[in-house]
Order: sequence, then C-alpha cells, then structure tokens
Amino acid sequence: MAKLLGRLFGRLPIGWLQLVHNRTRMAAAIAGVAFANVLVFVQLGMLGALEGTIVATYDPLRADVVIAPGDAETLTDGSLVARSAVWRALAVPGVAAAAPLHLAKVDFTRPDGAIASLQVYGIAPEAEAFVAPALREDLARLRLRDTALLDSATRGLDPDALAAIGPERPYVFEVNGLTLSATGTISLGAGFTADGALVVSDQTFLRLYGQRVSGAPSRVLLRVEPGAVPVAVANAVAARLAGEPVVVSTLEAAMEADLAYQTTQRPVGLIFGFGAAIGVLVGIVIVYQVLSTDVADHLREYATLKAMGYAHPFFLGIVFEEALVLGILGFLPGLALATGIYAVMAGATGLPVEMTLVRASAVFLGTIAACAISGAIATRRLAGADPAELF
Amino acid sequence: MNAAVSPVVVAGLDHWFGAGEARKQALFDVSLVLDPGTLTILMGPSGSGKTTLLTLMGCLREVQAGSVRLLGTELAGAPEPVRVGLRRRLGFIFQAHNLHASLTARQNVAMGLAVHGRGDPALQTRAVEHLLRLLGLGERLDYLPDNLSGGQKQRVAVARALVSNPALVFADEPTAALDKESGHTVVAMLRALGRERGTTTVMVTHDNRILDLADRIVTLEDGRIVSDTGRSRSSRPPVRAGVNDPTSPRGDLPSATAATSG
Ligand SMILES: Nc1ncnc2c1ncn2[C@@H]1O[C@H](COP(=O)(O)OP(=O)(O)O)[C@@H](O)[C@H]1O
Ligand SMILES: [Mg+2]
Repeated sequence: MAKLLGRLFGRLPIGWLQLVHNRTRMAAAIAGVAFANVLVFVQLGMLGALEGTIVATYDPLRADVVIAPGDAETLTDGSLVARSAVWRALAVPGVAAAAPLHLAKVDFTRPDGAIASLQVYGIAPEAEAFVAPALREDLARLRLRDTALLDSATRGLDPDALAAIGPERPYVFEVNGLTLSATGTISLGAGFTADGALVVSDQTFLRLYGQRVSGAPSRVLLRVEPGAVPVAVANAVAARLAGEPVVVSTLEAAMEADLAYQTTQRPVGLIFGFGAAIGVLVGIVIVYQVLSTDVADHLREYATLKAMGYAHPFFLGIVFEEALVLGILGFLPGLALATGIYAVMAGATGLPVEMTLVRASAVFLGTIAACAISGAIATRRLAGADPAELF
Repeated sequence: MNAAVSPVVVAGLDHWFGAGEARKQALFDVSLVLDPGTLTILMGPSGSGKTTLLTLMGCLREVQAGSVRLLGTELAGAPEPVRVGLRRRLGFIFQAHNLHASLTARQNVAMGLAVHGRGDPALQTRAVEHLLRLLGLGERLDYLPDNLSGGQKQRVAVARALVSNPALVFADEPTAALDKESGHTVVAMLRALGRERGTTTVMVTHDNRILDLADRIVTLEDGRIVSDTGRSRSSRPPVRAGVNDPTSPRGDLPSATAATSG
C-alpha cells in the first residue's frame, strides 16, 4: 500500500504513514466512513426497492403507447377508459395493434389465514404481443376459463409450492368467491401496495369483478408499426382523442411519470427520498468530521512543513491521499455490511432490496469525493495562515 | 562594504499582535544587517520579541511595517509563491523539535531535501544518512521521533534544517528542551556544520557557554535592540540596492557536496 501510494503520488506516502502511525484513530476513521456508507446504502436501498417495485408493475407488459384515464397517477390507479378508444386509436396511422388491459386488486386469503393483496392484470389471451415474451406461452393457456398465472414471489406463500406450479400441477385457490387454477407463474414480487400479482384472461377478469364491463378497460395498450416513432404516434392518438378524459403517452414516459409521482408525491416515496438525502448528508458530515479532525491533529506538522517551503498543493495531496485510503478501506466493509443488511431486509419484506453495481459505484465515488472535498475544506485554515501562527 | 551582500537586512521593523484593544506592539523599529557566514546570537528575556524577530526574518510571519530583505528579496508584501521559494532556501530549527511524528528520523530529514524536487534518490539517501551519522544518529536512522530522546530529536531537526545546505539557518532556542549537556552538543554541531559550509546562522539561546562561539551578540528587550556587540563593518545601513545576490544558488538543490562535505 505504502509503495503503491508512493508511486501514485511520486513522493513519500506521508498520508498513509500518518494513518498507520495511529492505528486506533485510523480504525475509528475507517469505521466512521464505513458507517456513513452503510447509512447511505440502506437509505438508497429502500428508495431503490420502491422504484424497483414500481418498475415491476410494468414488467409483464409490452407496449409502445398507453392510453390512460386522465386521473391516473400510477399504473394501478385512476378510473376507466372507454373501449371506443381502441377503434379510434387503430384508425391513427402508425398504430399497429391495440389491446385493452383490465387492472384491479383482489384480496386473497393465504393458507395461513392472513389476507394478501394481489395486483390483477386482465388481458386477452390472444394479445400476446402485449406481454413479456416469457409470458406468451402461458398467456395462451389462459383461454381456459378460471385459470390464472400466479406470482411465484407472492409474499407469504410457500415458494416451493409456487415453483412447482405447472399446467399439470395447477395451484387451486379462491378469490372473490371464484375458484381459480394457477397453471403457470409470473415473477413480479411483492411491492409496497400489493403482496403479489395475478394474470388472468379478460373473460376471467370480468367474472372476478361482476361490476366491471368489457367496454371500460383500465388502460388501452398500443403497438406501433415497425419504423413508427412511438412519441409521434402517441401525439397523433392524443390529437385523435382530444376532448376525451384520457392521457396518451409512451409506456416508457408513463412509467417515468409514475416513478416521479410515487417517489416525490406519495408519503412512502417522500420518506424514502428524504431518508436517502439525510443519509447522504449525515454520511458527508461523518466523513468531514473524520478528515477535519485528522487535519487538525496534524496541523502543527503541516505548519512545520509549510515553514520548510512546502506549498498548499502538497498538503492537499496528503489529505487526498488520506481521503483515498480512508475512502477505499471504509467503503469495502461498508459495502459488505450493506449487502448483508440488504439480504436481511429483502428476506424480511420480500421487497427487491439489492446491491447494484451502479449504486455501489456511485456511493464509492461519492465517498472518495466527500472525503477529498472534506479534506480540502479542512486544509483551508492552513492555506491562509503564516506558519508561525500555527505552532 | 563587502563584495558579499548581506543575506538579511532588517530596517525599521515594527510588529504588532492582536487587534483592537488587545493590540500590542512586540517589535519597535528593529534594524539589523547580518554578515554572510557569521553566527549571530539573539538574546533577551522571555517575551522580548526574539521569536517574533526570527520568524519575521525567516519568512514565517507576514511583515507588517518596516522592511526585511531576505537573500536579496523584500519580504514586505511579497506574494506567497515568493515566500514559499525563500523558505526553501532557509533552514529553520524550532524551539520544539517539530518533527513529523509519523516519519522516521531518515524520512524527516529527507523532507528537507524533497521540498526541492525529486532529484536523485540514491544521492538524497546518501546525503541524509551522512548527515545523520555526522550528528551521531547512525544507529537511529529508522526510529520514529517518539523513540528518540530529546537531544536526539533536536539533532534530527538540525539535520533536517541543514540537509539541503541552506544559505541561512535560523534556530530558535534549539536547546531549550534539552539538558545542558545534549544542548551544548547540538549547538556545537550546528556551529561546526555552519562554519564548514559558510552558512549564516542566527540563533536564539541562553546558553552562556556558546556565547564565545558567536561572531556577534544582539540583545533584545521589550521589542527593542538594546545591545549589539561584535558588530561588523557591513552592519551600517545598506547603501546599495539591486545587487545580485551571490548566495542565491547555494541552497537551491541538494548537491553531492551535501553528502561529502563535513
Ligand atoms: N501569537 C501571538 N499572539 C499574541 N501575542 C504574541 C504572540 N506571539 C508573541 N506574542 C507576544 O509578543 C511578545 C514577544 O514574544 P516572543 O517574540 O515570543 O518573545 P521571546 O521569543 O523573546 O520570548 C510577547 O509579549 C508575547 O506575549
Ligand atoms: Mg521565544
């Protein structure tokens, strides 16, 4: 390490030598950085889980453009769309296909007696272009009345029993007074508003919800012609449906708006976003405290070096060297610990709390930057002062 | 006037500490011209302004009023890069040894060379080791300051100040923290090395036994020079300005002589 830093900085690795000279303090500093990292990771993990579950609700769907009711903020809320939108949209140049999508929640009594809430997707079995490729085969089988695809990651259900589900080994259960047979699975996972998902045919959906009618789906999904630009088609459809209480956008844009809404307007999203911001802030404060204490402890030595003719960049170099060492040595245990905490959180909640490369890299770079900036700020006192004033 | 220009010319120097009500003058109209290659001892009671004067001459404190010309450069109003450059040409020995606690004796001394750039590592190592051996620390090269005695630490500090062969050495009570014997050893070594290299040295000390080594003894009291004995010819006010400074190249780069002289 000393050799490496010596080569990197082209001088005696003073920062490293200072750190290892007082190992207790170095351990405390590393622990501080690691703690700051864990704090940030946990907060980002929860925010990430929220975003992950929102994105997951779109996972089974494949569409270029979506027609949603004007009052919808997320995929799973809002009123209904008039089915006439299907024919009218199909008349717009560039629209290749359209499919109504029915959405609702249903309560499901688990074998253990607890109530689980399932997000139900109702879609025509022949609309295979509108579902994820992995679902297409299973979707076709839903022509059989009262069959369903059940979420293999439904919170509270035995994962082994769910994994065994197949056309020959259906899982029979009752919801809304209807006995359904799950002949396949989808993998969506539990979210903040539902414990799992269920995919049924439009006919089965209407049997589940007697008050819903085929003339009023929740959404209308559109596919565009090859070569057509989804945004342009969305605009054209919107123009055609002007006056209707609907919003037409690309599915991508709808998902982005959903994410933005749920993470910044809903209490859960606000709390997690706020938590992540506080986590980052507290992390920066801890790192700053560690580095500025270190600079203060060595101020006399720096003053001596300054008296010998060392200029400010030299001291910045020492502090950056320390920042790099503390940043790396604090990040590694922080990452390991956070990954462990993620596993515990995911196990306890069924939420997708996962370490991602992007997040790990961002936190690492952020740590190094916070360390370096903290160190640079802490050395400012040194920059303006005469050496004699610092002894 | 000698051909050699004075390495330090102080004229009408005043200095204050504090601000407002607490503002207190520490130096009053101090003027002093040092001859090259001499040892000047600065004496005076505690609080008389010796350290203040030394740090002003050594470019460690900003000149407020009056003038300090150091190695031909006016310090009053000098920009930071100029001050940094000048500091590299001095050796400063502090009242406390001020060694870097995380660096070994060898590394501490090497810092005195490294400030001039990377240079030839082998040559630098030789110069450092040679000087430390000369100061009787050959067995302590890789000791951290905490594992050295007070006298040994102060000798490392002397080596650090001298290793780059500076034109000027300032020493502020280098023996204050030492017992009489090791204090005297340190000063005698400093004097011997200075004489050998023709270094101009200013030393604050109370050690009477080395007064006879001094070329000149300046005494301060309450921020004023009250006596100046052994005053030489060139200590008259400077007459020529803008003369090239012949001492300037000396301290710049560690040369092989640093390793072989002495
Ligand atoms: N940093 C400072 N702040 C305020 N007053 C100071 C400071 N340094 C020195 N002084 C005052 O200036 C005067 C001269 O101090 P100094 O030069 O340290 O004396 P000496 O080195 O001769 O003991 C003293 O009265 C001292 O109290
Ligand atoms: Mg003093």
